[in-house]
Amino acid sequence: MRAITTHTGRAVPLRRSDVDTDQIIPSDWLKRVERTGFGAGLFSEWRADPGFVLAQPRYDGASVLVAGENFGTGSSREHAVWALQDYGFAAVVSPRFGDIFRNNALKGGLVPVQLTADEVSRLWGLVEADPSLEVTVDLAARELRAGDLVAGFPLDDFTRWRLMEGLDDIGLTLRHEAEISAYEADRPSYLPSTTVRG
Amino acid sequence: MARTLAEKVWDAHVVRRAEGEPDLLYIDLHLVHEVTSPQAFDGLRLAGRPLRRPDLTLATEDHNVPTDSLVIEDPTSRTQVETLRANCAEFGVRLHSMGDAQQGIVHVIGPQLGVTQPGMTIVCGDSHTSTHGAFGALAFGIGTSEVEHVLATQTLPAVRPRTMAVTVEGALQPGVTAKDLVLALIAQVGTGGGQGHVVEYRGEAVRGLSMEGRMTVCNMSIEWGAKAGMIAPDETTYAYLAGRDHAPAGADWDAAVAAWDALRTDADATYDKEVFLDASAVTPFVTWGTNPGQGVALGDTVPDPAALPAGAERDAAERALQYMDLTPGTPMREIAVDTVFLGSCTNGRMEDLRAAAEVVRGRRVAHGVRAMVVPGSMLVKLQAEREGLDAVFRDAGFDWRNAGCSMCLGMNPDILQPGERCASTSNRNFEGRQGRGGRTHLVSPQVAAATALTGRLAAPADLQEA
Ligand code: SF4
Repeated sequence: MRAITTHTGRAVPLRRSDVDTDQIIPSDWLKRVERTGFGAGLFSEWRADPGFVLAQPRYDGASVLVAGENFGTGSSREHAVWALQDYGFAAVVSPRFGDIFRNNALKGGLVPVQLTADEVSRLWGLVEADPSLEVTVDLAARELRAGDLVAGFPLDDFTRWRLMEGLDDIGLTLRHEAEISAYEADRPSYLPSTTVRG
Repeated sequence: MARTLAEKVWDAHVVRRAEGEPDLLYIDLHLVHEVTSPQAFDGLRLAGRPLRRPDLTLATEDHNVPTDSLVIEDPTSRTQVETLRANCAEFGVRLHSMGDAQQGIVHVIGPQLGVTQPGMTIVCGDSHTSTHGAFGALAFGIGTSEVEHVLATQTLPAVRPRTMAVTVEGALQPGVTAKDLVLALIAQVGTGGGQGHVVEYRGEAVRGLSMEGRMTVCNMSIEWGAKAGMIAPDETTYAYLAGRDHAPAGADWDAAVAAWDALRTDADATYDKEVFLDASAVTPFVTWGTNPGQGVALGDTVPDPAALPAGAERDAAERALQYMDLTPGTPMREIAVDTVFLGSCTNGRMEDLRAAAEVVRGRRVAHGVRAMVVPGSMLVKLQAEREGLDAVFRDAGFDWRNAGCSMCLGMNPDILQPGERCASTSNRNFEGRQGRGGRTHLVSPQVAAATALTGRLAAPADLQEA
């Protein structure tokens, strides 16, 4: 994973709540076995509508998506994160994220920026008034800055460190192999195996 | 210290705890299907890592499989299933393929085989993994990076979630199901109501549910944002498990039951959040909108967004009504459907099929309605055939299919056409979920059956009056 400390880019206001992962990347796209190329499928149903915000040229090249609450609810498909990243997004702002989406985003280095509904509303206003406004997501300060808006967002120390160092979670866990083996040695014998019948 | 059920299961699986870091949790069972695993197996190969515990891993083909033949016509779907087969062969994972008697939807086959047991940690690259919580397991959905993590390490780093209790007192009225209960709950708490929490369902009405009803409730936990849903194991759980293929036997059974008996929330334990619901007030419940929280009683009318406070909720309701092509004030019972789908990991089990067959027996599907039954697993299908339910459905004009996810998400050929309206026993009414432009009303199996017969949203009681 690429290390991230700050990201600065323009933002696109998505004034919708409950944007579920079926909207972010429809299930037709889930048949693919690759990890790349999902950008074309991002919001593909909505993008067919020229009035949809992502279809508007003034937001071309935006890399911060600002959405309403409950963003990324629904299915566990990490394809939603891959699609957002492949399209060019580095961060998503919302007052509340689906849990699995948030986890997936943090694994892949797409920063979920959780602000209050009020702050999101102000950000929508700022970006709509000036689509060229630069928005900065600063992991070190755990802060989003845009114009006169400065808003903190939650991110635990460990995850922040991992993102800023660009570390692979599996590699980190395998450092504790001895502890995993010790735990395994103590598991009760009645627990099921999928290969041996009980 | 007094602990809740979720905390007990969590604590028993902590491999490593360090200040300022997520806990490293051991995973007892990893369920795998074709959609969310290919990139994870690729990751293992790229890094040259072995699969740590094939014996705690189980795979099935469900999302892409056709339900009317054993041949996958769509080349991309076929490649995905073939990729799973190759990966399982290479890494030594047990796989239930199309045509195998134990194949089925991942959340149906785990409990059925008896590999889902109380007190376990269970993960799958699928959000409805919460289903397995019905046994008192801590079960949750993960993304593909996490799938790779579990394949490689049999663990997951995870931050201890908050706990929540949903206490459902009173008894469900006759004809009211677990599905109605959970739809009513989601309408009350909203789609984000459980976010960040592991929720424990408890109270008289929950204890009174069968295992299959409990699975329906836990299945939909994710639809209101909960990380997982759990129900404490009891005699109902043990009776369901006893004798299953992978359930413990002999001395192991006794040791297991002793451990399971301890998996109850301590009397003086506290939850971070509590919700109460009166089961006796719940009636058949259906959705009108495009998220599972947008539901009303079947006896009600399509709500008027103007009655909602201005803001996100009203906007969402307006957009949903437009998508669903519904007018505020229309009685739900007047809404005509084109399609009825009976199946999915929410309501594709034996009991669901039996209940629906009772409604259908001796009657005919309404003219112009396409109705299909897709059993949750091949074993469910075979059992239903032994009981003669296939004939009941077929005689009424239903399609009788093989097991799979099917129209729950429309990755196989079973999809809605744009503008088509469906009464579905599945769990998601998102825009386009069952096919581009399709409109979904979530319902119980009994309501699905009655709706197929009348062509409009209906409950079995409506048929008797007619
Ligand atoms: S039946 Fe539907 S919800 Fe269940 S696993 Fe399949 S696609 Fe997911």
